[in-house]
Amino acid sequence: MLLLAEQILNGLQLGITLFLMSAGLTLVFGIMQVINLAHGSFYMIGAYLGATAFAATGSFFAGIAAALCGSALAGMLVEFLVLRRLYYREHLDQVLATFGLIMFFNELTRMIWGRQPLFMNPPSWLEGSIELLPGLIYPVYRLAVIATGLLVALLLWFLFSRTRLGMQIRAGASNRQMIGALGVNIRLLYTLVFGLGTLLAGLAGVMAGPILSVESGMGESILILTFVVIVIGGIGSIRGAVVGALLVGLVDTLGRAFLPMIFRIFLDNAYADGVAASIASMAIYILMAATLIWRPRGLFPAHG
Amino acid sequence: MKNPLITFVFVGLLLSFHNGFAEPVKIGMITTLSTKAGYLGEDIRDGFMLAMSQENGKLGGIPVELLVEDDDAKPEKGKQIADRYIVKDGIKILTGIVFSNVAMAVVPKVVRENVVYLSANAGPSKLAGDGCSENYFSVSYQNDNLDEVVGQYVTKVGHKNVYLVAPNYPAGKDHLAGFKRYYKGAITGEVYTKLGQADYAAEIAAIRAAKPEAVFFFLPGGMGINFLKQFSQSGLNQTIALYGPAFSFDERLLKAVGPAALGVKNGSQWSHDLDNAANKQFVAAFRQAYGRTPTLYASQGYDTARLIGSALQAVEGKLDDLGPFKTALKAAHFDSVRGNFSFGKNQHPVQDLYIREVVKTADGEYTNRTIEKVFENHVDAYAAECKM
Repeated sequence: MLLLAEQILNGLQLGITLFLMSAGLTLVFGIMQVINLAHGSFYMIGAYLGATAFAATGSFFAGIAAALCGSALAGMLVEFLVLRRLYYREHLDQVLATFGLIMFFNELTRMIWGRQPLFMNPPSWLEGSIELLPGLIYPVYRLAVIATGLLVALLLWFLFSRTRLGMQIRAGASNRQMIGALGVNIRLLYTLVFGLGTLLAGLAGVMAGPILSVESGMGESILILTFVVIVIGGIGSIRGAVVGALLVGLVDTLGRAFLPMIFRIFLDNAYADGVAASIASMAIYILMAATLIWRPRGLFPAHG
Repeated sequence: MKNPLITFVFVGLLLSFHNGFAEPVKIGMITTLSTKAGYLGEDIRDGFMLAMSQENGKLGGIPVELLVEDDDAKPEKGKQIADRYIVKDGIKILTGIVFSNVAMAVVPKVVRENVVYLSANAGPSKLAGDGCSENYFSVSYQNDNLDEVVGQYVTKVGHKNVYLVAPNYPAGKDHLAGFKRYYKGAITGEVYTKLGQADYAAEIAAIRAAKPEAVFFFLPGGMGINFLKQFSQSGLNQTIALYGPAFSFDERLLKAVGPAALGVKNGSQWSHDLDNAANKQFVAAFRQAYGRTPTLYASQGYDTARLIGSALQAVEGKLDDLGPFKTALKAAHFDSVRGNFSFGKNQHPVQDLYIREVVKTADGEYTNRTIEKVFENHVDAYAAECKM
C-alpha cells in the first residue's frame, strides 16, 4: 500500500513536469497553429542556464530566475527571427525548420558548455527525504516540484479565466481571424504566448536539473512524451494538458512499477521481467491510441 | 552540422632530414565525437594523439599519420568511413570505435579485407568467441570483464542478495550476465528499463520495497547520472550498497554526478592511481597536455597507440605483409599503463581487474581510488569458443 502511494507520488511528479512542458506547447499549437519540435530545446536551455547560474551564485532562486528569463527571451527571439516566417507555410516546413533548431541548440550547448554533462544539486534546504507517513519516505525536492507545478497550474488558470490577456489568448485559440479583426495586436500576442510557453519549458528544465543529468539533447526524450500528452488532452487546451499530463505520468510510472509484479503471477520470472519491461514502455502509447479511438480530438479539444 | 570531417595530420618532420622523403604509415580512427557520447571518442583520440606527440609524430620510431572521423555512433556511418579508409586511403590499420553495435557492423567486414583492427573500447562477445579473427585485437577488454570483476567482489564481500538494473537492449542483458557469471548469492530483482530513460523514481521505489543488500546497475552515459542522483536523493545510498562497471564512473561523468556517486564501488581494468611507471608518466603527461584527468577511454587510446608503435618498430614500418606485424602485435611488447598486459588466444587482453571506489579529493574533486585487485591475469569467458 505504501509502495502504491509512493509510486502515485512519482507519477504525479512526472505528470507535473509534463504539464509544464505541454502547457506551452499546446498553446503554441492551438493558437498559432505551429508545430514546434524545438520546444524541448527551451527545456534544455532552462536547465543549462539554471545550473550555470546556480553554480556561479550559489543561490537556487538565481538559477530559477536565469532559467526563466533566458528561456523566455530565447523563445521570443526564435519566434521573432524564425517562426514569424513560417505561420503561413505548411506544417512540413515548420517541422523541418524547428527540427533544424533542435540540432542548432544541441550543438550550441555543446560549443558553450562542452560535451560533458553539467552538475546540479538540489539546494541544501531541499535536500534529503522526509517521512510523509510511517514507512513512506519521499525526497523533499520532488515534493517541491509537485507543489511548484500545482502553483503554476493555479496561476495559469487565473491568467486564462480572470485576465484580459487570458481572454485574448482563449479567443485566439478559438478564432484567429476574428480576434485580429477586433483590433488585437495578434503579432505581439503570438510573441507573448510563445515566450510564455518557452518560459514554462525553461521552468520544467531547471526543476529537472537536480534530478536528471543536464546534457545536450536532454529535451528530446521529454518532447515525445509531451506530444503524447497534448494529443491525449486535446490540442490547444490547458485543461487537456493538465489531465493528459497527469494521466501519462501515472500510467507510465505505475506501469513500470507494477506490470512486472502482475506478469510474475502467471509467467516465470525472467520472462515476465522482459515482457513487462516492453509493455510498460508501450503503455502510454496504448493509452494514446485508446483515447483517440474513444475521442478522436482528444479529451478536451479547444476548437469546437 | 553533426559530421564535421575532422582530420588530424601528423608528419614526422625529423625523418625527412635523414631519409629524404618517407611516406608515413596511415592509421584510420573511426570514433564517436558528436552526440552526447562524444566525449568518449574525444578521450580515445586524445590518448592516442598523446602517444604520437610524445614521439614527435612517430610511433615506435616510424612516422605515422592519424586520420580521425566521427561515426555519430551510427553503424552505417562507421561502415562508410571504414570503406573509404580502406579503398581510398589504402589504410591497413584501423582503430577507435566506441560502441559495440558500430563495431559489429564494421569489424567482421574489415578483418576479411586484410586490414588489422585494434579495438580501443568496444569488446562485443561475438568477436571474442566464435567470431574471433587473427586480424582483430581488443586492446581494451571484453565487454563482460568489468561486470565479472564486480560480481566476484560482491560475492567476496558477502552480500546475500542483489538487485539488478540495466536498460532493455542486448548490451544491458550481456552486462548483467557478466555480473551473474561470478556472483553466487541470490538475486532479489532484475529490472530492465527503457533505453534512454530519464526518471528512475518508480524503479527506486521498487528497490526500497525489495530491501536488497546491494544494487548492481549498468546504465551508461546520462542514464547512469540520472539513476545515481535520484538514488542518493531517495536516501537509499545510506542503507544499500551500490555497484557498477566503470562506465558510469569515469572522471568526466563524476563531475556531473558529484557527491551522489561518493563511496560507490566500480570495476575497471585501469585507474589513474595504478602504481606503475608507465601509468604515472601517462597521467602526468595527459594532465599537462589537456588539463584534465584521463579517463579509462584515454588510457585505452594511449595503450592502443603504444602497442601499434611496438609492432611498427619490430617490422620497421613494413606493412606489405601483415603477418610479421600481427605476430609483433600479439607479443604485446610495450609497457601498458595497466601494468600486466598480454593477449590470450582470442587476441583479447589477459589482464588484472580492479575494484575502485569514488572518493573526494582534498581540492573538492570527485575521483576513483583503487581498492583492490580482484582478478589477476583474467581471461574472458568466450576465449574457449574461439577457433584460432
